[in-house]
Amino acid sequence: MTDRRNLFNKVWDLHTVRTLGSGQTQLFIGLHLIHEVTSPQAFSILRDRNLTVLFPERTLATVDHIVPTDVQLRPFADELAEQMMSAVEKNCRDFGVRLFDLKDSRQGVVHIVGPEQGLTQPGMTIACGDSHTSTHGAFGSIAFGIGTSQVADVLATQTLALSRPKVRRIEVTGKLRPGVFAKDVILHIIRKLGVQGGVGYAYEYAGEVFDRMSMEERMTVCNMSIEGGARCGYINPDQTTVDYVKGRPFAPQGADFDRAAAWWLSLASSADAEFDDKITFNGSEIEPTVTWGINPAQSVGVKERLPALASFSNDDQKGISDAFAYMDLKEQQPIEGLKINVAFIGSCTNGRISDLREAAAIARGRKVAAGVKALVVPGSKLVSEQAVSEGLDKVFEAAGFEWRAAGCSMCLAMNPDKLKGREVCASSSNRNFKGRQGSPTGRTLLMSPAMVAAAAINGCVSDVRSML
Amino acid sequence: MKLITEITGTGLPLLLDDIDTDRIIPARFLRCVTFDGLGEHAFEDDRQQDHTHPFDDPHYQGASVLIAGRNFGCGSSREHAPQALMRWGIEAIIGESFAEIFFGNCTTLGVPCVCASRSDLEKLAALAKAEPEMPVTVDLSKHQVRAGHLTVPVTILDSARAALTTGKWDFLGQLLEGAAAVRETAATLPYMTGFKA
Repeated sequence: MTDRRNLFNKVWDLHTVRTLGSGQTQLFIGLHLIHEVTSPQAFSILRDRNLTVLFPERTLATVDHIVPTDVQLRPFADELAEQMMSAVEKNCRDFGVRLFDLKDSRQGVVHIVGPEQGLTQPGMTIACGDSHTSTHGAFGSIAFGIGTSQVADVLATQTLALSRPKVRRIEVTGKLRPGVFAKDVILHIIRKLGVQGGVGYAYEYAGEVFDRMSMEERMTVCNMSIEGGARCGYINPDQTTVDYVKGRPFAPQGADFDRAAAWWLSLASSADAEFDDKITFNGSEIEPTVTWGINPAQSVGVKERLPALASFSNDDQKGISDAFAYMDLKEQQPIEGLKINVAFIGSCTNGRISDLREAAAIARGRKVAAGVKALVVPGSKLVSEQAVSEGLDKVFEAAGFEWRAAGCSMCLAMNPDKLKGREVCASSSNRNFKGRQGSPTGRTLLMSPAMVAAAAINGCVSDVRSML
Repeated sequence: MKLITEITGTGLPLLLDDIDTDRIIPARFLRCVTFDGLGEHAFEDDRQQDHTHPFDDPHYQGASVLIAGRNFGCGSSREHAPQALMRWGIEAIIGESFAEIFFGNCTTLGVPCVCASRSDLEKLAALAKAEPEMPVTVDLSKHQVRAGHLTVPVTILDSARAALTTGKWDFLGQLLEGAAAVRETAATLPYMTGFKA
């Protein structure tokens, strides 16, 4: 008998400690990532209850959300940011947790650092007080975001109380066309399934398109699972996964690595694995995609027009009208040519070296349009170092982009990088929510890093395919 | 912990879809090391731009039952969002559906989130608008919400209902009780033993 459980259920079963009275599973967490924003109150809970961190060696802290990307001298100009930074330093010291602070050459956005260091491995359960923890599912792990009370649960017990979700297999067949990136694939999936389509599900991404993707591309896809409502999204481990992990600082070494790799590959869903739901998309039909609205499902292909209001159900029309009004857009207008004020390349979605290479290929030998403020923010110090060694920083600077230090930057407005007033930002980040980028009335257009670079050069939403 | 079987308070209608946690509590208010004081900033940016926002409406200032739309609490995992709502005075939320992390955070804080049909939510919201003083009861044991002449069926994830109604929504206490089993499970995981043969 072959094991017809999908990867999710195999990993869940392996990590099940027991069933709680409520019917929930007490699930062991193999890797706990923490950062400065959602951990201070969790450590307070531990202090209040006189608890310690049960497995400090399974916990890693880094700093990313509040970190300024220009002047990083301490104390920070923002007193509240300084207070949070001091808190995470003290908490990690007091509780014996490893911290990659600003002085550490490995500091960066938590979802970039984990994989980069080889901490993220297939078959693990991974939790972090951040919804984009789904990123780590790219390795065939079960990875999901949690709230601060749950951060305390993991610190004190290395477990969580959870209900098992259903699993939906999303197959993308065929071949992506030139100028279509991983970001477009996930934006397309969210557009088709909606922002709440994944509630109650883990997403398994499968099929030729994902098989062919690099680990970095897979991370971009899994990262945005939460934008489709799925707390967790994953891709089965294969040789690409094994090759990526091999040799990284926290990866097993030598014969241990070979045993690890064999175990990882054995966890993949088999061809006849069972799922609660399945859906298939044709990858060759995916276009470079741009969001026009206030949630990540409100998107169109760059050559399309915005949808007609009447194409939505009566229940949905209020929300759609609200989105048009906020964005100051009209139904059925083209998206291409829409003026932008700011271009942001970075974030846990698209702040990796391959993202910077793709954007630099568009920026090379060109100039950012007059009046556009363009930022490139590497996802980690190591990404930055690699980019500099390839001369990408010089390519961006020559084109008129600002080259910054690693952090979350303009993805979420907790540091000095923010939109002002009604600015429109072409952004490689993950959320176009009202006010997300720091101005309560600011506007965000999500797209791939290459599309952001194209928009920066032309001063408006552009089809990157004409610039390849 | 307290058994949470029934919550009664006046209603606050906010029947909008896909309200994300950035809107519930904008990120700049997450620059803090405690949750104190978040209540006054709930929906701050929406309120700044709409002076008729229900959170500012004098009629709803003592309300504790939020009447919401579909996919409430989507986006960021920030527990600051339910903390802000709770500290504003919200004790229960009725919605068409909830984002998963938000739902879990609310349960951990003892704030039940129950689901009702769109048409029932519209009726409840209309009633809260017409008669803001009318008490609304969220009854977890009977799976219903009652307000004036209205009685509507609601659903809630079984495990959340069980945790709330039996006073076991302090998960940390229960998880701690499993400590011995946790170490046993850990010992069976290949990566916990370094993949040694």
